[in-house]
Parts: sequence; structure tokens; C-alpha cells
Amino acid sequence: MERIPILRIGDLLLVTIQVDMHDRLAMTLQDDLTERIVKDQAKGVLIDISALDLVDSFIGRMISNTAAMARVLDAQTVLVGMQPAVAITLVELGLTLPGVKTALNVEKGMSLLGKSYQ
Amino acid sequence: MTNNDNARRISALIQQHQAEIGADWIANLEGMAFRSDSASQEQLRRHCRQLLALLPDATLSGGFDSIEGRAWDEVRDQLTEISGQRAKQGSTPSETATFVFSLKQSLFGSLRQSLAAEPELLAEALWNVSTLLDKLGLFTIEVFQKSRDQIIVRQQQELLELSTPVVKLWTDILALPLIGTLDSARTQVVMESLLEKIVETGAAIAIIDITGVPTVDTLVAQHLMKTIAAARLMGADCIISGIRPQIAQTIVHLGVNLDDVVTKATLADAFIVALARVGSTISRKA
Repeated sequence: MERIPILRIGDLLLVTIQVDMHDRLAMTLQDDLTERIVKDQAKGVLIDISALDLVDSFIGRMISNTAAMARVLDAQTVLVGMQPAVAITLVELGLTLPGVKTALNVEKGMSLLGKSYQ
Repeated sequence: MTNNDNARRISALIQQHQAEIGADWIANLEGMAFRSDSASQEQLRRHCRQLLALLPDATLSGGFDSIEGRAWDEVRDQLTEISGQRAKQGSTPSETATFVFSLKQSLFGSLRQSLAAEPELLAEALWNVSTLLDKLGLFTIEVFQKSRDQIIVRQQQELLELSTPVVKLWTDILALPLIGTLDSARTQVVMESLLEKIVETGAAIAIIDITGVPTVDTLVAQHLMKTIAAARLMGADCIISGIRPQIAQTIVHLGVNLDDVVTKATLADAFIVALARVGSTISRKA
């Protein structure tokens, strides 16, 4: 079965979504990610969606939920690399992801995480 | 005598007297002298000749009843081109209409000479030609109006793009001076150009300056909030600056919620905040 890889960098987890997200893939990712946060005692999660040019309301909500779950497990989530078109679509859908931190790219996301828990 | 016979006679007549009618028409037009530079006179003559050359065939196969048919295609294309050129050169609608209507005088003259012996036929032919030219004239004005409209639409688009510059103020700091009313279409353009610029420069803070926005109502505020939300999704924070006293009053009276956004009275204040956020400082030399 198709899975999205979760990479560990120090106490961060990096999820790079390279394929089109369908709903089941999103749910699998949520399961995997929560498990890995606990197993690796991660303090931060970076979700890189720079390769996604299509995000629907379900994926939007899934990202928002994942961030909330990570927060419960004491890990900060930063969503990085959103495309302008995706940002506009999400705003038009009314999904402004209020609880999720965002950064322009992975590098900025890492420095944001670094600042927030040091 | 039927319409068809009439059409045949008149078509043959125009064909036969094409040169005289053309010369008379051009003389008429030049007598009116709307514009006198030589380039446009040359153009005028060319337009007259081209249109007149197409008339006999169209009349013969299309008749007078309607100019919508296939037979009139070429004439319509020619008129479209002529009025398009005129619209671009800034002719008035009456000048453009007169171009077609002035053909009446020359055509009538020619008809009167040739059909002097048959008064009934002459009257009918005059009526036919008159209605035909009226139709062509109206068509010309319509096309003229359309090409003017196109020019206006294009200018609006250009204005839209011109009026939404995103400037880089400092490393990681962008400024977006908004001028004019914010409607949905403009918000879209503003949002797109801001987000593109954020990607391009990697900016972390954008200052949206609304000094040039005349009024802020709930809709404008909503558009602003959308832009800010989109920028935040891309990882950039926004500061709103340039809020004039009246606008501050309006915002509060309308109950617009700007609590989640940093607002400053002037661009300078916003800039100081932005500098502090990105960790830069400016100091005066001692």
C-alpha cells in the first residue's frame, strides 16, 4: 500500500508530500505520524506541501487536525511551502487553518521550530 | 418589379458607375473635412474604394432585406475593420457614421441620373438603397461601440495591474501600497501578486498600506482579511498601516474585527515593527 515517508531529523519529523493526496492516503498519514511522534519523542513536525497544487477541504481539515493531534502529543507543527494558488483556494474555502503555524519553505520552518522550543 | 430585380438593377448600376460614385463620395467626405492630415485622407480614400468595390456583389446576391446573411459577410468584415481603425484613432461616433451615410448622396445622384425615365422604379430604388445604407451605418456604429468597449476593458485590466505594485522595502519585508477601491476582482489580483512576490523574495512580513483606499466597509475589510489569511498560509505575517482617523472610526462603528491583525497608523510605524520582527535595526549616525 502507498505510504508517505516520514523522515526524522534530530527531534523533528519531516513529511514531504510529493503525490496527490487522496483521502485514504491522508488518513494513513495521520495514523503514521501520530505513532512516529510518540515513538521518536519528536518535538516538531514539518509538513512540506510545496509539491501539492491541489488541496481540497478534506485535506485542509486533515492538516488542521494533524496539527491539533501533534499539539496534544507536545509537538509543534509547521506547514511549509504552500503554493500561492493553494493558499488562495483554502482562503476562498474559508479554511484559514488558524491553529497551524506556517512558513515559506522547509528551512524557514525549521528555524521557526528551533526558535519556538529552545 | 420585385425586390430581386431591383437588386440586380442597382447592383449593375453601382458596378457601372463605381468610379464616379467613389469620386463623388470621397469629394463629399473631404468637403466635410473632419480630419485633414494626409495620412488619414489616403486611408479614407482606400476605405471608400474597398467598400464600394464590395457593394455590387453583396447587393446582387444578398438583396436589401437584411445584412446579416452570408452574402454581406465581406462588407461587414470591411466595415468592422474600418470602424475598428477609427475607434483606435479616436474618431467620434458621428464621424464614423457619417462615413457610411454620406454615401447616400453620391448613390442617390447616380440613381437619379440613370433612372430618370422610370420615376416609380427610381422611388423604389431610393427607398431600398436608403434602408440598406441605414442598416450598414447602424452596423458600423455598433461595431465602433464594441471596439471602444474593448479598448476600455483592456485599459481597465492594465489599470488593475498597474495599481497593485508589491515593493520590497528591506530584506524579508514587503510593502503593498493599495490605491483605490478594493473590490473582489482587485482583491484577487492583489492577493496573487502579493503571494507571488512572497515566494519570489522569501519575505516573512508584508505591510499592507491602505492610505490610498478611500473607504473601508465590511466588504473591503473582509477582502483584506482574506489577503492576510492567504499570506499567513504562505508563512508571511501582515501588518496593516495607513489607517486614517475617519477609517478607524468607520471600522469600529461597523464592528469589523481586526483583532488578529497588527495595525499601525503610518507606514513608518509598521516598518519599525517589521524591522524588529526580522531582527534588523536602523540607527541614526551620531
